[in-house]
This record gives sequence, C-alpha cells and structure tokens, in this order.
Amino acid sequence: MSGGPGIVVQRWSPLSIGAMSCLGALLVLLAFGPFYLGPYLTDRLTTLLIYVIMAAMWNALAGYGGLVSVGQQAFFGLGAYAAIRLSHAGLEAYLALILAPLLVGLVSVPLSTFALRLQGGEFAIGMWVFAELAHLLVNLDGLVQGETGTSLIALSAFAPDTRRALNYWLALAVMTVLVAAVFLLLRSRVGASIQAIRDNQEAAASVGVRVMATKCLIFVLAAVGCAAAGALTLATLISFQPKTYFSVQWTAYMIFMTLVGGLGTFEGPVLGAVIFFAIETFFGGSGVWYLVGLGACALLFSLFLPRGIWGALRDRFGIALMPVGYRLQFRPRAGKAAT
Amino acid sequence: MSLLAVEQLDARHGLLQAVRGVSFALAEGEILALVGANGAGKTTLLRSISGAHRISAGRVLFDGADISAVRASARVRMGIALVPEGRRLFAGMTVEENLTVAGETRRRGHWNLETVLEAFPMLRPLLRRRSGDLSGGQQQAAAIGRALMTNPRVLLLDEVSLGLSPVAVNMVYESLQGVIAGGATIVLVEQDLSRALRIATRVACMLEGRIVLEGKASDMTRERVTEAYFGLRRPDAGSAVS
Amino acid sequence: MIWADQIVQGIFLGGYYALIACGLSFMFGVLRIINLAHGSIAVLSAYLVWMLADRWNVSPFLALVAIVPAMAAAGWLLQRTVLERSLRSGALTPLLSTFGLAVMLDNLLFEKFGADTRSLAPNIGDLAFNSWTVGGGVTIGQLALLTFGVALALLGGLQLFLNRTPLGRAIRATAEDADTAELVGIDSRRVYAAAAAIAIATVAIAGTFLGMRATFDPYTGPAQLIFAFEAIVIGGTGSLWGTLIGGIVLGVAQNLGSQVSPRGFLIAGHAVFFVVLAARFVLAGRDPRTLFGALRRAPI
Repeated sequence: MSGGPGIVVQRWSPLSIGAMSCLGALLVLLAFGPFYLGPYLTDRLTTLLIYVIMAAMWNALAGYGGLVSVGQQAFFGLGAYAAIRLSHAGLEAYLALILAPLLVGLVSVPLSTFALRLQGGEFAIGMWVFAELAHLLVNLDGLVQGETGTSLIALSAFAPDTRRALNYWLALAVMTVLVAAVFLLLRSRVGASIQAIRDNQEAAASVGVRVMATKCLIFVLAAVGCAAAGALTLATLISFQPKTYFSVQWTAYMIFMTLVGGLGTFEGPVLGAVIFFAIETFFGGSGVWYLVGLGACALLFSLFLPRGIWGALRDRFGIALMPVGYRLQFRPRAGKAAT
Repeated sequence: MSLLAVEQLDARHGLLQAVRGVSFALAEGEILALVGANGAGKTTLLRSISGAHRISAGRVLFDGADISAVRASARVRMGIALVPEGRRLFAGMTVEENLTVAGETRRRGHWNLETVLEAFPMLRPLLRRRSGDLSGGQQQAAAIGRALMTNPRVLLLDEVSLGLSPVAVNMVYESLQGVIAGGATIVLVEQDLSRALRIATRVACMLEGRIVLEGKASDMTRERVTEAYFGLRRPDAGSAVS
Repeated sequence: MIWADQIVQGIFLGGYYALIACGLSFMFGVLRIINLAHGSIAVLSAYLVWMLADRWNVSPFLALVAIVPAMAAAGWLLQRTVLERSLRSGALTPLLSTFGLAVMLDNLLFEKFGADTRSLAPNIGDLAFNSWTVGGGVTIGQLALLTFGVALALLGGLQLFLNRTPLGRAIRATAEDADTAELVGIDSRRVYAAAAAIAIATVAIAGTFLGMRATFDPYTGPAQLIFAFEAIVIGGTGSLWGTLIGGIVLGVAQNLGSQVSPRGFLIAGHAVFFVVLAARFVLAGRDPRTLFGALRRAPI
C-alpha cells in the first residue's frame, strides 16, 4: 500500500526537537558550573545530580522493567564500598570511583539470574534481604571496621576546590551517560520489548520478546547506576559508614522521587529529583516530620496520582519532551475522498 | 410483568463493542436460548446481565427494578445466577465446598445440598473430591449445582456443553430437564441449534452484537435461524434494508 | 551441650517467626499483596500494648484483648481505604503504597516515642525469664514455650477457620477466583476487608510477643518484615504449616550462626534464605509464584 492508511509514525515532534536542543544547551551551561557557581552551589548541584541518577535508575527498574525493588541501597552501598576497596588496592581515587560501579555491575549479573525469578513483591523484598546481607558482609571486612566505618582517604590529597569541581564533573558525566543510556535503551528495539514486558509479560514472551535478557539488562543498568550514586556520595562525604550507605532510606528517596515525578515516564524522575531536592533543602532540617511527609507523599501519590506529576501532565496535554516513544500523526489522504 | 428485561444494552471490551443496543424481556418460566456465531456477543450479554461485565449503556431490569449499578454478588442474592463459560469451579476446594459456599446467600427456595444431589446424582460420590480433579462433565454438573444452590429466579447458562463429550452433554441436559420441569426461568447460550430449539420456549439469534432474530421456539425453523446466524438475510422478515 | 540448647532455642524462636509470618502469608494468599508495612504494624501494636500496660499497669495479655479488635478494625480500614484503591492501578502499586505507609509509621512512632528501646518484659513478671531445665544443658523458657503454643494455636485455628466456617470458605473461594466468587453471591470487597482484618489482628498478637520476648524501637519493623518473609519463603510448601517449618529453620540457623560469630545470627538467617531459594530454583525449576500460595492449595 503506497499511500498507507493516512497515518505517519513519528519519533520526533517539534516540541521534542526544541526540548532536546534546550537540553543540549543546558548541559553545556552545566559543564562550566564550577567556574561560576561558587562552592556551595556546586556542592548542592552535585547532590541534585546524584538524586537524578538514583531516580532515573529506580524508574528504569520499576517504571520500565516492572521490577519494584526495595533493595537498591545494596548497590548504593556496594558502590561506595568497592571504591574504598579499589582505592585501598592502590588505584587512583577517581579511577576507583569510576571503576567501582562497573565492578558492582559485574556482580549484579549473576545476581540478576537469581533475583529476576522472583515475582512482584517477592522480588521487592528479596532485594531487601540481599541488601541486608550485603551490609552484614561488608561489615565483616576488617578494612571497614564494622559500623565505625572508614574513609576514602586518598581523596584528601586533593585541594577542596579541586575535589569539589571534580566531584561535580564526575556526577554530571555519570548522570549524562546513564540517562542517555536509558534514553537509547528506550529508543532501541529493546525499548519496545521493555514496554511490552511491563504491559504483559506472558504476552510479550509469546510474541518472541526475550523477557529475561531484557529485564537482566535493566537490572544491571540500575545496579551500575545506583552503585555510581553511592560512589559519588562517597566522593562528596569521604567517610563511609555501612549503616548510612546500606540504609533503606536511599530506596525510600528513589521511590519518592519516581512516584512524585512520574513512574514510567522518562522526564518524571528528573522532575521528581528536583522536587525532592527542593523539599530536602527546605524541610530536611525538620528531621523526622520530613521523613513522615515523604512516606505520606509516596502513599498518597501511589493512591491518587500513580503516574506522578509528569504522567498527569502528559495524559492531560499529550506532551513528551523526550522522543522515547512513537507518535501517530493522522494526516488526511490527499486527492482521495474517504469512502 | 417481565422478570428480567434488558433495554438498549451496550457492552464493550476495550475498543471493541461486543453488545450493541440489545433489548429483550423474559417472563417467569420462559426459557430463552441465545444462539449465534463465536464473537456474536452472547457471553458478554450473559455476563452483563449477571453483573460480571460492566455495561457501557442501557439498563438491566430485574423484577421491574433497575439493577444496572448493582454488584454481581448482590445480583446473585437478588436471584440471578450465572453458570460461567468454562465452569470456573474453585479448583482447590472440594465439590461439597463449591456447593456450600454458594449456598450461603441464604436465599430460600427449593435448592439445597440434598435437592441438588437429587438432581445431579453423579455428584454424590464426588462430594469429597477436589473439584479441579473432576472430568469436564462432572465439573459442569457441579457448576450448575453450585449456581442452583443460590436458589436463582433466573438461571443464566453459558455454553454448558462446551468441551464435553456427547455422553456427558446428554447427562448434563437430562439433569437440566429436571430443573426446567421445576419451573425455572433460564437464559442459555448453546451452540447446538437443534438442542437449543428443543429445550427453549424462545430463541434469539445474535450477530455482531445485535439480536437479529427473535421469537417463539415453536415458530422457528432451523433454516430461519441458520440464515440469521450467518447474517444471510436481514431480520424482521419482509422489511427490506437498503 | 551448647549446640543442643541452641537448636532447641532456635526451634522456639521459629515459633515467634511463624507468628509474625502468619499475617503476611495470609494477606498475600488472599489479597495477593505483600504488605511492606507488615513489620511496622507489628511494632505499632507492640507500642499500643506497651502504652496500655505502662499507663494503666494492666497485663499485656489483657491489653491484647483491646488491641486485637482495634487492629482488626485498622486492617479493615487499611483494605478499604488504601489497598483496594492501590490495587486498581496495578499489581505493583500496593508495594509502593505499603512502603510509603511503613516509612510514615516508623517515623511517626519515632516522633511519638523517641529512640528509646522498650520492652513488655517488665510487665509480665516471672514469665519473662522463668524456665525449665530439661537436662543436657537444654533449658526451655516459659515465654518461649507460650509463644510457640500461641503460634501453633493461631496457625491451626486459621486452618480450621478456613476449612470449616462459611467465612473461611468464602475467603478461600475469593482467594482462588474473586470474579467467580462474586458470581456465587460472595461480596469480594467485604471478604477482602475481612481477610485484611484477620491478618492485621494476627500481626497485633505477633507484635505483642515481639515486645515480651525482646526489646523494640520505632525502627524494628523492617527487620520483622524480613524475618516473616524469610520464614514464608523457606517454608514454601504452600500451607500455613510450611510457615512454621520455615520459621523453625530460620530460627535454628540464626541461633547456630550466632555461635560462630556475633554477627552470625543475621548472616546465617539470610544465607539460609538464599540457599533454600537457590535450591528450589535449581532442583524443581518451579514457578516461584507459588512460593507463597498458602491458600491456593487443596484443603488439608
């Protein structure tokens, strides 16, 4: 059929082209951040970038892979721990911080074949058990000194300003790479299968989608991403206490950011991270009530706005800044009257 | 007054409209056979009447009251019972439990465990068996018995012979004859046209979601129904459609 | 024989795990929901009993008489207001809702009761520490025995309830096929709410025993959830009794682990969990979805 049914499949819309251009400009602007932001803002922005990483990773896992995990703190903690171990083994500090997430990603491959056989809630809580076990085992390492913890001492060799700028650039680079990875994953052939699996695993398998391989890819990506977030957090804090890094709170943050921003939307987690960052900046000092509020928000959003703020906006106005999906454009067939 | 009436009923499966503007009324004691090809909307119509499927337009009236918004379980307690396609017994429960769990609607009437077993004697030795282990015919008997335990005023039967051996079908229908003799009001979906014409007092033929032919079973000939079944001629004989 | 004693203590500890796992297993079996706030609700119950026991100096057992119905009502409300709604937007959403609820509960408890650890042990007098020595270095604590007995009674009672009562049968029918249950006159919404009420009532009992046999603080909940989950998965035979076996295996492993190293208690528990899980995948290759299904099988 030469004319087709009058439908054009589009990946790019004028809006998304504009958004991508703005994003490019923003990234360039951000890249020069340390030169004009000042120490405080540079540190804060580094934190925001880490939050974006965490939210994007949890969203990839739950929103696209249908894998709700409450154990992502395992990778967060392991990322930091691996960096300490690598640095201790004589690796240059920043090289250790870069290699650590990849090492954790390697560990997550055998784990995935195991964990992905758990369904739904069993996966969620099974990952939590894994995080607990990882925490306990890391505590056994003499280098860590139990809950006392240790530090990435090699970082103290850098001047504070240099370290701040390096942390910032590293966070920006890691965030860009990981978010771009999710973007490319969603636009690739795998992206279509990811959506198919999320919608209906059995049906997807029956039409030839390699369910396990696709889920495994997402699982490992999320592991690498969360480990990178852990390693970056270590870079900013220098000290490593297992209790802090393996705390389920990190996953609570990820869930909050993703749910509020928009589970299963590409842009949502970024929005969620910005919102979380703002809330933390203003209310983080109020301690426990702040955490009560986060829990309450997660509960309320899951009940009343399960697609989050971005999802609601998208449903309402049909906007998509990032061209991760396909758009069907109906165009009238020229020259022929519809019969 | 009609016991059960359906007015301009529409029902959808997502984008697909399975039932389009169907209306009929059924008086107490009548037996309506719904016939039609696969996908004609018969099952969806039955499920809509029972409350298992949400309707998108129209009304379902029972005893004169609009029950369109009533939950399926509440409709059962009012006296509408569906024997679903595929029987859908609670496989992990025994036959006896399948029957008694349905008897707790506390509707009074002729049917209780003992009378159901009288009507379906083959179930008696199976009472303690896990219902998932039964043969198709046994399961069908148990499923009809389970629906009767609710003492329905209208019994909806969806393809009770589907997937059964001819012997089993005969047995199920023999028992059903006893139920009918007791004066039941029934809507049944049946693929076997001659069986449907024999058992029913009225016949309605569905095509693409609409009732295209309806009338007394005694007025129907196989030929007329077959034509309507395949949509070979428009309904309401005589009124030509352009 | 320190090992023999540790094994016996482990078995009794398993009784507690079966107790705490009971409600989680029940809720999953009927509602297909893993309630991530399970442990936090147990700790909440422990605090409520502690408040009554402490303020009015009543026995925790007496306080339970008030708390169990209250928590049952809370369970009903939880189902009708939270779970029912969240299930509508997908099977995974209840995980998010209950996780949010857990975070909220834990921190609210912290806000109200502070970081101090509490225990109900002082409120039950001699029962907390009295024990019998049975020889061979094995002692049996009275409270441990009572916990085990209550676990047996609760599991057995639930099983009887499910098999012998009209509501129990309605719950099993709904658990198996809610749509068809509706077609035989069972209001699945009410059955679900009743099941949630029962589950949370058992959590209240478990929480009270947690408070009597150990100390608790506002953040004890997640660990209880994990133990309960591990007991269910280890037991995994598809019945409530499997949960008891799983609890015992977990308890024995933990107690033996604690003999090896101070941290061995938790490590051995988690390790046994993963070993059993791996063994199940490798040996049978069975569908892990049936790991839980306590209520999906034939009546025993």
